[in-house]
Amino acid sequence: MTKAPQLIKHSMKYGEAQSSTGAAEREPGSPYGRKPRKILSRRNIFIYGTLIMVSLYYLLPLYVMVVTSLKGMPEIRIGNIFAPPVEVTFQPWVKAWAEACTGLNCDGLSRGFFNSVKILIPSVILSIAIASVNGYALANWRFKGSETFFAILIVGAFIPYQVMIYPIVILLREIGLYGSLSGLVLVHTIFGMPILTLLFRNYFGSVPQELFKAARVDGAGFWSIYFRIMVPMSLPIFVVAMILQVTGIWNDFLFGVIYTKPDLYPMTVQLNNIVNSTQGVKEYNVNMAATILTGLVPLTIYFLSGKLFVRGIAAGAVKG
Amino acid sequence: MEASISIKNLSLSFGALDVLKDLNLEIGQGEFLVLLGSSGCGKSTLLNCIAGLLDITGGQIFIGGRNVTWEEPSKRGIGMVFQSYALYPQMTVGGNLSFGLKNAGLPKAEIKERVDRAAKVLQIEPLLARKPAALSGGQRQRAAIGRALVRDADVFLFDEPLSNLDAKLRADLRVEIKQLHQKLSNTMIYVTHDQIEAMTLADRIAIMRGGQILQLATPHEIYNRPANKYVADFIGSPTMNFFDGKIEGGDGAQFLTEGHSFPLHGYNFQSGSAVSGPAWLGIRPEHMVSGAEAETAPIRLHGEVELVEPLGSDTLARLTSGGHTLWVRLDGQAEVANGDQITVGFDAARANVFDKNSENRL
Repeated sequence: MTKAPQLIKHSMKYGEAQSSTGAAEREPGSPYGRKPRKILSRRNIFIYGTLIMVSLYYLLPLYVMVVTSLKGMPEIRIGNIFAPPVEVTFQPWVKAWAEACTGLNCDGLSRGFFNSVKILIPSVILSIAIASVNGYALANWRFKGSETFFAILIVGAFIPYQVMIYPIVILLREIGLYGSLSGLVLVHTIFGMPILTLLFRNYFGSVPQELFKAARVDGAGFWSIYFRIMVPMSLPIFVVAMILQVTGIWNDFLFGVIYTKPDLYPMTVQLNNIVNSTQGVKEYNVNMAATILTGLVPLTIYFLSGKLFVRGIAAGAVKG
Repeated sequence: MEASISIKNLSLSFGALDVLKDLNLEIGQGEFLVLLGSSGCGKSTLLNCIAGLLDITGGQIFIGGRNVTWEEPSKRGIGMVFQSYALYPQMTVGGNLSFGLKNAGLPKAEIKERVDRAAKVLQIEPLLARKPAALSGGQRQRAAIGRALVRDADVFLFDEPLSNLDAKLRADLRVEIKQLHQKLSNTMIYVTHDQIEAMTLADRIAIMRGGQILQLATPHEIYNRPANKYVADFIGSPTMNFFDGKIEGGDGAQFLTEGHSFPLHGYNFQSGSAVSGPAWLGIRPEHMVSGAEAETAPIRLHGEVELVEPLGSDTLARLTSGGHTLWVRLDGQAEVANGDQITVGFDAARANVFDKNSENRL
């Protein structure tokens, strides 16, 4: 966009130079230089119209949620869900975070939040660490049967989770991790493996082989090449893997509800228990606030890493 | 000359595909050997085997008298330069140069000394603190050569190091590599598909095809006495003109081809005398003469010019002469135009005769 005015200036300069030599040949109104474009062309109206409609479609529910969460119950009962709050109150947010009751505990979503954090951090780090080494080995240190090994790993991605739920319950029970956070971390790490390994293998496979050869001539071994050459070059793919894992694990409901027990439930399970509780009045404002709170972590990750992501790609795009 | 590298019965196959077949090669101390061939001939594969980057299927490799067949690349006493430079993008040039030395656990003072020395030789001292992304193509390749240089290796391996550069830089760096070899007098093996690089740099050239060495000789020998038709055709630009025909042996042997018969007087047969049989006769465009010289040449041809390529220093002309198409290199000042009838000639002593079946030199 910033280039456009300069281009016009440029073409005008060129035009002036032309006119001094061959001014007579230019008929007024005949096509010359940059082709003019209408701002309100049918094409533009269609494109921008569609974009505005689609973004409204996505943003309207969010608007309703935010507005409702800031209203008191009497105001909600009037029934106009699109109206902005007359009297702004943060009470529903406080209640959702610290006071809402799920089962026996009445300390709100905060418990679930910290459980989720305790699940998220080790699962993300562990799964990315293992999968990146897997991908690196499969891409650069081909061994006999490495392709078969990779194929088996990928098949794992296509087996429905439902099939594995019960066997894993037994497995975790046998190793004494059933109902604990570390058990859930283990499950997340294993289930993240196929897709992350594929991701890293393909990325490391695209790194020029000569770089790897040069490092071998320079006497670097398996770990040395991994840590000193490959990892520093691969920030973008680590960010992509992190986004995938953080959103996947944070939003997980199924594994959370199966492999942990009530006081260790992750935030999503607890949110469900608050929103779907059948006792008493439905507090829509609290439910809305609780839902937004739960969605806040993936949202933040998108905003923060989006920037890093672009920077990572830009840094990686410059050829060594 | 003491052997710096010797390769004995080397073979490499990927499954059923034989890439290198029972290959033997001796490279002398301080020799500059160029492996030349079209893509897929196995030249880069051979280099990678010498470097230890590919596991061989059979045979032995000796470097400096030591059997390194099973050694790691870093333990073979080699430095290697790659086509894509292969500089570590996240390290500075200095970091790139010292990476291998750090891995070898050398003391800091010595690393610094070696890096400084290499940087001085290659005139990249001002670039040491820069990242590869901030260098031009020529500077990057110089840094890559530096990385091989600091290792104080006995043998340098170059894998098409100039192929990514533009024509002018390629010529400049070619001269620098030659000077570097004269200064360091290390053994160097250089892989290329560019015959000019091969001719200008090499002490000896090995021309490869299908995983085998077709001819291993000095550039002069390869150019003047190619061992077979493939080598003759591969070296030289424009390529050698070939006549399809047969030899009539005996005294005053002749080469008979469609519409012509060339006396082979003065041609130096490998076996000493001419043997009758089907054959190819090849003559380089630059070994053909025109104008007054052509009138006195032992073999004369008349032809019509059908294409002219003026190069400045020379002019190339394509002639048709009685069913044959041939290229002739004329003087740059020669005035020829399409449709001109000209006479060209050559001496059988400059020609090359190959057996039709084996394609070997006769």
